[in-house]
Amino acid sequence: MNIIDLIKIAITALLRNKSRAFLTMLGIIIGIASVIVMVSLGKSSTLSVRTQLSSMGSNMIMIMPSRQMRGGVNMGNSNAKSLENKDYKSIAENTKYVAHVSPSVSSAAQLVYGSNNHPGSLQGVASSYLEIRKYELEDGIMFTDDQVKKYAKVCVIGKTIVDNLFTNGENPIGQTIRCGQVPMKVIGVLKSKGQNQMGQDQDDIVLAPYTTIQKRFLGISHFNMLFASATSEEESEMAATEITYILRSNHHIKSGAEDDFDIRTQEELLSTMSSITQLLTILLTAIAAISLIVGGIGIMNIMYVTVTERTREIGLRMAIGAQNRDVLYQFLSESVILSLIGGIIGIVFGIIIAYIATKLLNWPFVISQSAIFISFGVCAATGVFFGWYPARSAANLDPITALRYE
Amino acid sequence: MPKNEIINIQNLYRTFQVGSETVNALNGVSFNIFEGEFVSIMGTSGSGKSTLLNILGCLDRPTSGEYYINGTAVSGLSKNQLSTIRNRKIGFVFQNYNLLARTSAIDNVQLPLLYNADIPMKERRERAIAALEAVRLADRMNHAPSQLSGGQQQRVAIARALVNDPVIILADEATGNLDTRTSYEIMTLFQELHAKGKTIAFVTHEPDIATFTTRTIKLRDGSIVLDQAIEQQSAAAALAQYEQNLTHTAI
Repeated sequence: MNIIDLIKIAITALLRNKSRAFLTMLGIIIGIASVIVMVSLGKSSTLSVRTQLSSMGSNMIMIMPSRQMRGGVNMGNSNAKSLENKDYKSIAENTKYVAHVSPSVSSAAQLVYGSNNHPGSLQGVASSYLEIRKYELEDGIMFTDDQVKKYAKVCVIGKTIVDNLFTNGENPIGQTIRCGQVPMKVIGVLKSKGQNQMGQDQDDIVLAPYTTIQKRFLGISHFNMLFASATSEEESEMAATEITYILRSNHHIKSGAEDDFDIRTQEELLSTMSSITQLLTILLTAIAAISLIVGGIGIMNIMYVTVTERTREIGLRMAIGAQNRDVLYQFLSESVILSLIGGIIGIVFGIIIAYIATKLLNWPFVISQSAIFISFGVCAATGVFFGWYPARSAANLDPITALRYE
Repeated sequence: MPKNEIINIQNLYRTFQVGSETVNALNGVSFNIFEGEFVSIMGTSGSGKSTLLNILGCLDRPTSGEYYINGTAVSGLSKNQLSTIRNRKIGFVFQNYNLLARTSAIDNVQLPLLYNADIPMKERRERAIAALEAVRLADRMNHAPSQLSGGQQQRVAIARALVNDPVIILADEATGNLDTRTSYEIMTLFQELHAKGKTIAFVTHEPDIATFTTRTIKLRDGSIVLDQAIEQQSAAAALAQYEQNLTHTAI
């Protein structure tokens, strides 16, 4: 029996029981569709995490003081005073792989303009901060190093602040807002960045010279954090090593003793985030794969029913010359065609669902080609694997008994 | 002119193990069937005629003894080789027709050709049409079995038996499910085929059906009790007589 006959016979047999064939296929359709959706969404989420993180500055390095232990009590790291001006200057001057560095001190104050007010978080930074965090100015200018030196009462504000304070649509540039007790002149507005991966509004921010925040708001001389950027993404690790070396020597840390600071590169954060989404993808795909197995068992069940129903037909085919092989292939091709058609429908559905889901979640839409090819292969394998035993039981029938089967 | 020997069986035994008992279904059966013969094999149920037919049809193998079909020794063949013999040399006609449901007459007739790689796909249809013409059913070739009467279904089955041009047609109670009139029609068809030179072995338990053949082999308890040439009655004549009687009864 040739392959054309096999396919013809299989399709005719399947068409005879359309609804049964469809219900059997449904298991495969759901299984394959969910595998495709899970793999695609997993890829999309990884990609979206990646793009969002690199929009924060892919070669960013964060330096913060480590937790302070006092008599066995963890004091956290917010009160640590280990990062000082000397550290900032030496990182700025003595490194090869660090492109920019900026101190960061934070304070909070109620912002007031006219009759509007808004709780604001103030970030004291150097002018290089924009470069490091990939902020851009929409309007106005950034403060200069000279203004930093003079504790100037100037600030650059984010879109959220503009929306909340300047409700009448005035141009904020040149206006003076009150931050707590301190009047500050707005000299620039940042371009909107939206929410970050953690859901924080990155536009709810007031940037001011770090000296201003240190002297006029907090009365301190240390920094909460240092932000730096490596010359390139690949050189993040080198830059981190350089910074470690400088800080250890500045802080007189003996070799073997622990650092009194923590350095985090964006690359680490990225790989942590990716590994989480990858783990989730694997887990969800595994669950989807289980539904594929259930679908396969459905095929096996129906193929056994089919073989029993058609015992007489099998007997007749054998009597007029079908060999065991012919009968085996006949039923095997039926189950393979069943699962392949189910697989194709499942792939189409999976792509449609993944497309809609990524549009709703505002993620980039990626089709995993490998997932499609693998799904197709898995379908064929499912058809063969779960069709094999029913088909073999058909091929092993004794024609005399099969012909008399009622 | 010496005729070709189609079937040659010698000292055929077939035993079945039923529990601890051994049942001899065939006890040393020997006979020949020559080309162009129309043989009826008779016997009551349990006489061994079904077992004999299964062996003749290469569906079963004898416990001992020799069986040659058209010169080929069957005893030593594998299952697959037996399939090929059934496909090329034997045409089966069953009591319950065994047509594939919801499949057109022509597709049913083509079925044996599917398993014969020597016949190209495009030739299959021609041969099936020729076979259906031989049973005068070419006009119904696209009908499914459910749209055909019992007699027509049996004629499709006979066409299917003819399509591979077998050396022998084995009919197993081929008229068993049909009324008297249709039985005569089917026997008329078999006689026509016989007249064209076909070799036919016809298993039946009805003595009047056996009178339409040229030779009768009678089995009892697994042995041949009678094997003789008989004077062949015309099935067409019997049919005409039957119709006439019907008309008389009606009047």
